[in-house]
Amino acid sequence: MRKAFPILAVLTAILLIYALYQALVVAPTEQTMGDVQRIFYYHVPSAWTAFVLFFVNFGASVVYLIKRNPAADIVALVSAEVGVVFCTVVLVTGPIWARPVWGIWWTWDMRLTSTLVLWLIYVSYLFLRRFSSGGETPALAAALAVLGALCVPFVYFSIRFFRTQHPQPVMGGGGSIDPRMLHALLINWLAFSCFAYLVCWSRCRLEKLQREVDQAHAMQSLLDPSGSVR
Amino acid sequence: MNGNPYLFAAYAVTWIIHIAYISTIVARYSRLKREIAELKKAGVRC
Amino acid sequence: MTPPTGITRATLLKDLRLEWRSKDAINSMLFFSLLVVVVFSFSFDPSAEESRQIAGGLVWVAFLFAAVVALNQTWAREIRNQVLDAYRVSPAPANSLFIAKTLGNFIFVSVLEALMTPLFIMFYRLRALGPAWPLLLVAVLGTWALIVNGTFFAAVSLRTRSREIMLPLLLFPISIPALLAMVQATTSILNGEGARFWIVLLATYDLVFTTVCLLLFETVLNAE
Repeated sequence: MRKAFPILAVLTAILLIYALYQALVVAPTEQTMGDVQRIFYYHVPSAWTAFVLFFVNFGASVVYLIKRNPAADIVALVSAEVGVVFCTVVLVTGPIWARPVWGIWWTWDMRLTSTLVLWLIYVSYLFLRRFSSGGETPALAAALAVLGALCVPFVYFSIRFFRTQHPQPVMGGGGSIDPRMLHALLINWLAFSCFAYLVCWSRCRLEKLQREVDQAHAMQSLLDPSGSVR
Repeated sequence: MNGNPYLFAAYAVTWIIHIAYISTIVARYSRLKREIAELKKAGVRC
Repeated sequence: MTPPTGITRATLLKDLRLEWRSKDAINSMLFFSLLVVVVFSFSFDPSAEESRQIAGGLVWVAFLFAAVVALNQTWAREIRNQVLDAYRVSPAPANSLFIAKTLGNFIFVSVLEALMTPLFIMFYRLRALGPAWPLLLVAVLGTWALIVNGTFFAAVSLRTRSREIMLPLLLFPISIPALLAMVQATTSILNGEGARFWIVLLATYDLVFTTVCLLLFETVLNAE
């Protein structure tokens, strides 16, 4: 994989540029919203990518709880981090889209609200990782990840019912979608998925290296009789 | 495509966020490389 | 060997007895609850009609803060006396400790809620437009949802820096669906509307999270 990385990076870059072209030029202009609607081609694929990454985090956490496999722990950490990055993109592009269309920066519509709650859950996961010390951090984090993932259906159903009782402006269109728009959307999703994979792979490598270095430091301080601080 | 400031802002912000995250990875990686070099000099197997 | 329920009961009774004797936490919590109600009353001063709309939210946010303060010291006594280490070494199942702690916290916070509620009713001139007994069900289900997760996360936070801030940091996001349900159910009942969906959601939430917390507590307890 290491050798393939540069080639894959270049291919992904090309794919992203092609996806951008699809989004800005090829896809037809939307009737009611105009060109601002093209934010959709970045907003929605980012959301889907974030959801996939959070699902990977759930899977890796379960594997870790069963097998205590360090590789699973690294995957859990990385997928949560990159997932939060993509989720942040969703939460920032959402208001940028809402403002010209609805005149308001934020709308408590179903999707945006659910995404916000998801973001909060996984940011709290990252805080636990950061603030927790000791060898059992991975297990504690994995437990939190499982609870967080189980929360997701509740988030979805509670907000959905709440919104049917108190409707708000809905972001993104419902109903049928022009095939050229769908095509642009899927191409962007593919491009961002490849991009996410490469970022995750790099972060995994960094984490693995970091842990090896930490271990080397630990060994060093164990073996060093003078006990000097480095 | 007419220049729409919001559209541009959204796309720009997306990439700013991604590039910011990747920069943290790159920065930590360079720091690690330096640490590894130091450890190797100290004779630690790494 | 004592059966698990015996251990649960023993731990629970021990906690309650200690609480009753020391009265530390109870007194400060009582005063804190009163303060919360008064501060809220100054911050939100609605008419009787409006108060019915926002009372649900106000009351549950007040309860949430009271619960966090109570939960934060839930394990403190155990750590002080190395009780957790003893528990880990003993053959007692981790679940018994968790259930005991959760029940203890639940009783404790329920007492606080029972004391705060009349104050809220008085200050906000609350009156339910329909039958009010479902509110009791919502109170029980809602409080349990906060306490079961809160006790679990309090244990998770034990080994973190900034232990006190870690608990709400972890508890709040995951509690959002339950909070929404509690608040909406309370508001609906006060306004004489049905709250069946929210109550069912709360009950399901309680079931799922109690089960999973029980399953995962062993992992948390044995964390070094």
